[in-house]
Amino acid sequence: MQVHTLFFASYRELVGVPRLSVTLPGGSRARELVVELRARGAPFDRLPERPGLAVNEAWASLDTELGPGDEIAFIPPVAGG
Amino acid sequence: MAVWTHVGPEPIDPAGVLARVGSADDGAVVLFVGIVRNHAEGRSVSGMTYEAYTSMAASELAALASEAAERWQTDRIAVVHRTGALTLGEPSVAIALSTPHRAEGYEASRWIIEAIKERLPIWKHEHFVDGESRWVPGRTPPTPAAS
Repeated sequence: MQVHTLFFASYRELVGVPRLSVTLPGGSRARELVVELRARGAPFDRLPERPGLAVNEAWASLDTELGPGDEIAFIPPVAGG
Repeated sequence: MAVWTHVGPEPIDPAGVLARVGSADDGAVVLFVGIVRNHAEGRSVSGMTYEAYTSMAASELAALASEAAERWQTDRIAVVHRTGALTLGEPSVAIALSTPHRAEGYEASRWIIEAIKERLPIWKHEHFVDGESRWVPGRTPPTPAAS
């Protein structure tokens, strides 16, 4: 299945792109997405092992199950206000 | 009257936000405005760029304002958070609300700004007068409620 990843702020600068589509086995969890990206090597291996995540604009964890077409955002520590 | 929230690049007019709240039942109106200041940790700051996951920030802001409305029993709440490049002195956030008495008004206003800092997917890029810049250190984002 294909999912869509978004990178913001320092993570966007780290990986050099704001978005990326990734193909994962069906039934994957967010953890598999993070592992797959980090396994690509530089610059993706600079992403943290346990980044803040949102799936379809809701806060998520590494255990969150993913579905086709999901939007997964990598969320650096937040600093609004 | 209804809770009003917005996240976007438009300059904030605090008086306009203030005008969205108030009622004959309310004896207290509280306005908080966060502005870009000229210093951080002893260094001179020249400006701030706010980046947001705008769609999610907008829904999170609406959700937390609704939580505040429920908790302090007022729907006279207006909150706006700006995005994009801001110069010194410009408002980055404005919170207006009105309540029958001052105690709950101050409490609700304080709770909302703290929740914004904890829960909105927004990041600050701070520009220093010496030409350097940095991402302002933030807080670990929330994880979903235990299920």
